[in-house]
Amino acid sequence: MTVSDATLTTDGFSQLERGRILLIACGALAREILDLKAANGWAHLDLTCLPANLHLYPEKIASAVEAAVHKHRSDYDRIFIVYADCGTGGLLEAKCAELGVEMVAGPHCYSFFEGNAAFAAREEMTAFYLTDFLVRQFEAFVWKPLGLDRHPDLRDMYFGNYEKLVYQAQTDDPALDEKAKDCAGRLGLAYERRFTGYGDLTPALSRL
Amino acid sequence: MADEGDIILSELDDEELVLQMHDDLYDGLKEEIEDGVRILLDRGWTPYDTLTKALVAGMTIVGADFRDGILFVPEVLLAANAMKAGMAILKPLLAETGAPKVGKMVIGTVKGDIHDIGKNLVGMMMEGAGFEVVDLGINNSVEKYLEALEREEADILGMSALLTTTMPYMKVVIDTLKEKGMREDFIILVGGAPLNEEFGRAIGADAYCRDAAVAVQTAKDFMGRKHNQMAG
Repeated sequence: MTVSDATLTTDGFSQLERGRILLIACGALAREILDLKAANGWAHLDLTCLPANLHLYPEKIASAVEAAVHKHRSDYDRIFIVYADCGTGGLLEAKCAELGVEMVAGPHCYSFFEGNAAFAAREEMTAFYLTDFLVRQFEAFVWKPLGLDRHPDLRDMYFGNYEKLVYQAQTDDPALDEKAKDCAGRLGLAYERRFTGYGDLTPALSRL
Repeated sequence: MADEGDIILSELDDEELVLQMHDDLYDGLKEEIEDGVRILLDRGWTPYDTLTKALVAGMTIVGADFRDGILFVPEVLLAANAMKAGMAILKPLLAETGAPKVGKMVIGTVKGDIHDIGKNLVGMMMEGAGFEVVDLGINNSVEKYLEALEREEADILGMSALLTTTMPYMKVVIDTLKEKGMREDFIILVGGAPLNEEFGRAIGADAYCRDAAVAVQTAKDFMGRKHNQMAG
């Protein structure tokens, strides 16, 4: 795949070929979905990704998904939404029900990457999570939007109640591990790496 | 030494100084706010007037621009820090001078949730508006809320959550209040990023408040109605 993380963050991405089913996904999941597609030969799945930075404004996610469903609905037999709740407070689930499309179960990608049941069982309150994508895009999703590039003194207001940064690794990449460790240091948090792979994402897509 | 063009706060008249403090609050200039507060007090301003006309009025502008998408969270936090510094000077004086008390609020983030930025902003703005605020902090169980409400003889319960997974706990608290026959004793306001009005209604809260300014106004409205009911 040639699309850059920056493009996935701000513009989104589409790979529309001859699939019968369209995945409307968060840009933060593009690489993982394309990897699963290639590994499993899922030629029946096409992919269009909305900009990942919608997560900075979760209230806009449901309407963006709705617009994408309307845009593509007539071209596909079925549409599947590759978002979890993602901070929409149930609005995305309600919108999907209204549109008659299914979505990935769970509160957010941190949860389904580990597996929703395992993630919930941890009852981990003071961990801040990064995925492969978020480690690569730490500046765009954490450091700059929180103003820490301009006002590092705000760090404790944001992260004072957190204890550790958990890097949920989808892939084995020592460079990302190092970068995630550096992110933890910058946030003043302890560091833990957990290999999750793609978790519940694989069975959710394999059923389609 | 001040640079040429620097504004000397003590040389401004009262009106200019208050406007300058609104600007300084907007820019999150903590030390300038502390200086401004001291100057107004030295000039004989009451702590209450200093709080409401200089700090709360300034923070209201910040809140409005946040709602309109002109300011973002980092700038609001800097402004809040500046206001907090000013309030730290005023708080003991307000207690001494008997500023008007509008009502009492118990506020806290719900069980399982450690996010407190919004909750802290609401608490500070409520204090600025004359409410007595008892802040329970983060990760509060239903028992902790109920114990504080009774102990403090509060008028208002404020609950906050940032996570989709923790916001349903607000209903647990409200349902417990109902079971104990205490629900009508309190005005219940809820807030937090993933919440909305529909959720607030569904769980039986009195109101969902989208930001700190709305929380203050809503609390004042409900307290006004409560007093009217008592008078009637």
